[in-house]
Amino acid sequence: MTETKGAPRSFQEIILRLQSYWAGKGCAVMQPYDMEVGAGTFHPATTLRSLGSKPWAAAYVQPSRRPTDGRYGENPNRLQHYYQYQVLIKPSPPNLQELYLGSLEAIGVDMAMHDIRFVEDDWESPTLGAWGLGWEVWCDGMEVSQFTYFQQVGGHDCHPVSGELTYGLERLAMYILGVDHVMDMPFNDPDALIPLSYGDVFKQTEEEYARWNFDVANTEVLLRHFEEAEAECAAILAQDHIDPKTGKRIIMAHPAYDQCIKASHVFNLLDARGVISVTERQAYIGRVRALAKQCADAFVQTEAGGHAA
Amino acid sequence: MPDLLIELFSEEIPARMQARAAEDLKKRVTDGLVEAGLTYAGAHALSTPRRLTLALEGVLDHSPTVREERKGPKVGAPDKAIEGFLRGAGLTRDQLEERDTPKGAVYFATIEKAGRPAADIIAEVLEDTIRNFPWPKSMRWGAGSLRWVRPLHSILCILSAEDGAEVVALDIDGITSGNTTRGHRFMAPDEITVSSFEDYATKLKRAYVVLDPAEREAAIWQDATNQAFASGLEVVEDKGLLAEVAGLVEWPVVLLGSIDDEFLELPPEVLQTSMKEHQKFFSVKNPKTGRIEKFVTVANRETADNGATILAGNQKVLSARLADAKFFWENDLRTAKSEAGMSAWVDNLSNVTFHNKLGTQAARIDRIAALAREIAPVVGADADLAEQAARVAKADLSSEMVYEFPELQGLMGRYYAEAAGLPSAVANACEQHYSPLGPSDDVPTESVSVAVALADKMDTLTGFWAIDEKPTGSKDPFALRRAALGVIRLVLNNDVRVRLDSVIDAHLLRHEMAQNGDDPVATRLMQDMLTEIADHGVFGSAVRTVLDAFDGDLPKHIEQLKEQLPDVSRDLLSFFHDRLKVFLRDQGIRHDVIDACIAMDGNDDLTLLVKRARALEDFLKSEDGTNLLQGFKRANNILTQAEEKDGVEYSYGADKKFAEDDTEKALFDALATSEGAISSAIEAEDFAAAMGSMAALRAPVDAFFEAVQVNSDNEVVRRNRLNLLSQIRKVVGQVADLTRIEG
Repeated sequence: MTETKGAPRSFQEIILRLQSYWAGKGCAVMQPYDMEVGAGTFHPATTLRSLGSKPWAAAYVQPSRRPTDGRYGENPNRLQHYYQYQVLIKPSPPNLQELYLGSLEAIGVDMAMHDIRFVEDDWESPTLGAWGLGWEVWCDGMEVSQFTYFQQVGGHDCHPVSGELTYGLERLAMYILGVDHVMDMPFNDPDALIPLSYGDVFKQTEEEYARWNFDVANTEVLLRHFEEAEAECAAILAQDHIDPKTGKRIIMAHPAYDQCIKASHVFNLLDARGVISVTERQAYIGRVRALAKQCADAFVQTEAGGHAA
Repeated sequence: MPDLLIELFSEEIPARMQARAAEDLKKRVTDGLVEAGLTYAGAHALSTPRRLTLALEGVLDHSPTVREERKGPKVGAPDKAIEGFLRGAGLTRDQLEERDTPKGAVYFATIEKAGRPAADIIAEVLEDTIRNFPWPKSMRWGAGSLRWVRPLHSILCILSAEDGAEVVALDIDGITSGNTTRGHRFMAPDEITVSSFEDYATKLKRAYVVLDPAEREAAIWQDATNQAFASGLEVVEDKGLLAEVAGLVEWPVVLLGSIDDEFLELPPEVLQTSMKEHQKFFSVKNPKTGRIEKFVTVANRETADNGATILAGNQKVLSARLADAKFFWENDLRTAKSEAGMSAWVDNLSNVTFHNKLGTQAARIDRIAALAREIAPVVGADADLAEQAARVAKADLSSEMVYEFPELQGLMGRYYAEAAGLPSAVANACEQHYSPLGPSDDVPTESVSVAVALADKMDTLTGFWAIDEKPTGSKDPFALRRAALGVIRLVLNNDVRVRLDSVIDAHLLRHEMAQNGDDPVATRLMQDMLTEIADHGVFGSAVRTVLDAFDGDLPKHIEQLKEQLPDVSRDLLSFFHDRLKVFLRDQGIRHDVIDACIAMDGNDDLTLLVKRARALEDFLKSEDGTNLLQGFKRANNILTQAEEKDGVEYSYGADKKFAEDDTEKALFDALATSEGAISSAIEAEDFAAAMGSMAALRAPVDAFFEAVQVNSDNEVVRRNRLNLLSQIRKVVGQVADLTRIEG
């Protein structure tokens, strides 16, 4: 691993340094999942791989979408599309806190000058039927990461326990780069031939998506998509474990889980459109959770889920 | 005798759990040691975010040897019996002793349990403590199955004496005990070897760890107030925040920071809440203006720039937070001052569900407004104002500020109502109608606030009773006990005279109408019943009047309503009585005294009920009271026994002309005097006077029992005397049901 010295100069440099740091610590550096998700946790490299007994170590950037957080690119800190950096190691190593602090140093946080604190914050995802204990990590009073020891995912006890780190990349980068408005943040190096700011890359898309999310997305179509994803998920999981064509035992946990991800994102869009009442909300969350549980049940019966062949 | 030092070193323990955990460690370990015979001279428990520490002084180095003697079978008893005895005692026959007893020679066994070294006992007790520690929430980590609040990294456990320290050997799922710990995570992370508690505390302080939470709190508070004082300001006291902040740092460094001028016009509560909830900052105010101008944050380390970078970072985070708050405040004020004013927010509440069986917030507000209007005259409030206040009191739930900071509900309502130019009684009610929230919270006294506060709580209580969601055991998700206590305190503090029965009945009906509003006939009937209750008080007669006048097929659920509502209503009233008992018990009124008063008519008028109970409590404390109670109980016992034996009720017809004894005649006279005096005192609600008249009965009752045998051979005399006793029961019974008094 190349040790990069000095303060990073751009958003992408922070990402690159994290990639390099965690690669150096033995993580498989993965790529973002190719579906719309609300958080890095939804990536099957976290949700599914935190289940079962097989050791695992992965790190990746995950573009995440939260339609209700759209502010047309005007709010200095809020975006409907943003990036999370996600690390998952199973079993959680005893020095995970030190590894994490090392990653902060790698991106230019000088531990001798800053005040880093682990403040109680237990994590729960009602849609994934998952929870864990941990902290939000503060740097000079600002939350820069979420640090969680997974206890349960998809209704299954985690054995062994995974340690999960989630960095909110924009906020963290703004702090390190000393930028007050996300759109002003240098995306690539300020001295590059064509310097680009975060706004150059994302200001327009924030506007476009905010308008679509809040006012235009066709709710009837979305409602139908939700039902379809739910039905498809069940249909996939109802298949015989033995594939009639190849004669192999193939449990389609991942394709089923894709439908769960889809349902979850459609629900978020419906929520942003304001067509889900408070009482319905709970019911929808419950339906997504039921899918997540079924997918988790299926995954633990696969080889990657620790099922002995 | 050696000292024991234990430190359990882990990843960061939630601040709110540290103090309790330190105490639990102390209790579990010391209980375990004492149970095993290992006593100690002194114990104290300490905690930081990363460690729980227990220091015991003067621990025995061995548990004492215990001898137990057991008596066995007789000498010459069958072998089987003797063998059984030997097995139980764990001895062989030659170890038994023969002793002569009055019943012949008997075997005796002396079982000796040798004392055990302290280290062995400590290791067992500590392992058991760690494995069964009562954390409110615990977790597993890595591949192990041990549970702790966060991963447990090391166990320091040493017994130290003048000649040195020994490690108490312990291995819990691979974590072995030792004599080392670590200092501050960043400032002194290296391993430290310790040999005693003094050594440990000294070395930790050198390694930037203040072990004692009280010392950290004191240091933070002193430094914060000093720094504020130097700027002519003062820190807003907040004990809870202080304890929390002291639980977030091992080496507190206090930093005083500024709030940007543009945020200084925000209401102080908004500044304070935002800083406390999000950043755990103390507010620092100008004592002259009351304005919050600065903040104090507590860092966990010293830096080369004396905290300048840390403070700048914190200030930046705060500005982003306050920019949000300011944005909400300005948007909200615009709405409040607009033409539609707060009614736009109220309209919005028709889309917000309060509870899926109890409808929307808007429907709830309608009910509360109707009830506030009804209660208004009783509490001396203007009915229009009370209704108006009830209609806007929850409007701020739609505001952006309350969405962000739910704990500011009510308070923001007041600010916005003032901005909207509403009358001050209305604005105050917005804030105060949630009160009182706890047993020591201030109780509103302004009549409009009282009316809305009562209506709000009664609506909640009757609503959850109507849908049968009552508190059970420790579960009270809708805080109904608190609501009932709120009603009790509002009524008592303001001397409100209201018959809760009819409020409950009427409001249960309103809930019924809200839930079954589809049937026009039923709705009309319930509307009529409401009018009847308003005129005549109670449900039973209202139903009779309305249904008697009704011609046609009774809707089914009206039929049900007639059956069920009285039970629900009674149940809710007795819930109030239970809460009242708890409340008054804390004020020194015995539960049986309250029971004796609850048994009387008018027990739904809580003010009257408590007046009666207080008078009775005082009376029973007096000598006359104690004696009269004995006399009453004696009369009642004799009477009850006689009634049971004879199968009749002696309730009428005592006649002075059959009285034989002078004391008997005197009692007749005394009762005649008291009966009138008591009933007119009760009529006038002068319970002290009623008790006084009751006290006057003491002497004649005592004299009567002294001189007279009730169960006379002469049947006429006996019956007359029993009827006289019944007269005592009746006269005294006007005041309270003394049969319920214990002792």
